[in-house]
Amino acid sequence: MSGLLDTPIFGILLSVIAFEIGIIISKKTKNPLLNPLLLAIIIVIVFLLGFGIPKEKYDLGGSFILFFLGPATVVLAVPLYKQIELLKKDFVPILVGISAGSVTSIMSVILLSKLFGIDLSVAVSMLPKSVTTAIGMEISKEIGGIVSLSVAVIVLTGITGAVIGPGLLKLFRISDDVAQGVAIGTASHAVGTSKAMELGETQGAMSGLSIGIAGIATVILVPLLMGLLG
Amino acid sequence: MKVLRQFGTILVILLLGEGIRMSTGISIPGTVIGMVILFILLMTKVIKLENIDMISKFLLDHLAFLFVPAGVGLISSLDVIGSAWLPIMMIVIISTVLVVGVTGWTVQLLKGRRS
Repeated sequence: MSGLLDTPIFGILLSVIAFEIGIIISKKTKNPLLNPLLLAIIIVIVFLLGFGIPKEKYDLGGSFILFFLGPATVVLAVPLYKQIELLKKDFVPILVGISAGSVTSIMSVILLSKLFGIDLSVAVSMLPKSVTTAIGMEISKEIGGIVSLSVAVIVLTGITGAVIGPGLLKLFRISDDVAQGVAIGTASHAVGTSKAMELGETQGAMSGLSIGIAGIATVILVPLLMGLLG
Repeated sequence: MKVLRQFGTILVILLLGEGIRMSTGISIPGTVIGMVILFILLMTKVIKLENIDMISKFLLDHLAFLFVPAGVGLISSLDVIGSAWLPIMMIVIISTVLVVGVTGWTVQLLKGRRS
């Protein structure tokens, strides 16, 4: 029996089943806190710990899935290209806004990490928290963060933005459609974008557009600003 | 065969991105360089959308699933999170409030001034 664990089938199948369960629970409850990815990660971890299966066995299959993240990050250019007309219309405000937001994200993590006195390795892992997971993982790898922790924090940030984002827009009196979309997309990437789509078509498109640009901005900004952590 | 050719196209771009990263030693991930290359190729019409549409749709539709193994890596750092989960959550929430505010205000201000 244990021989079956030595094939990639185990890790791939466990991931697929866990994600399907995550989607079912998320759809049934319609609770934004029950994000399918977060649920799937928890299910796999509980399964491995519960049956005492070493992570190396899971990784045999997991690494197959991880491989596809590279090509998936490249094709993030497609949604960006599709929204190019919208970007051209308000080029400067959007670009400056996303850059300001990305700096705010990185600087707030640095300052708050110092304030709360959290571990340097944890703080570093949190730097790419507002960008899409594919890019955030790569940034984390590049700067010596704990990649899995970055993934978890990125998903948590997405959920937070989706849950409190619309309320924040009201609170801060951000009423412009473009500004609303860019704000949610820059703060909380794809998970926030799903919420922005509910606010309106322009908000959804703008939020989607911000994912790629915020990703590139953060890639450039993190190495410049992270020296402040030390 | 169409999807296979599209996948091949994306892999060539990815390889190019990794190659540029390795040969220049810049601290930008090869995947992100690949994304910029594809964007430029689309803008200059060297690659048409229909040459990569199927593989793009497949990958983007299943993007969230692809992160499962990455997240499962948390299993090796459960002790770190166990002791720091509260400050981590606080930072995520406070930072999200700030980013939404700063980004939204900046865009609104700059747009308003122009029109």
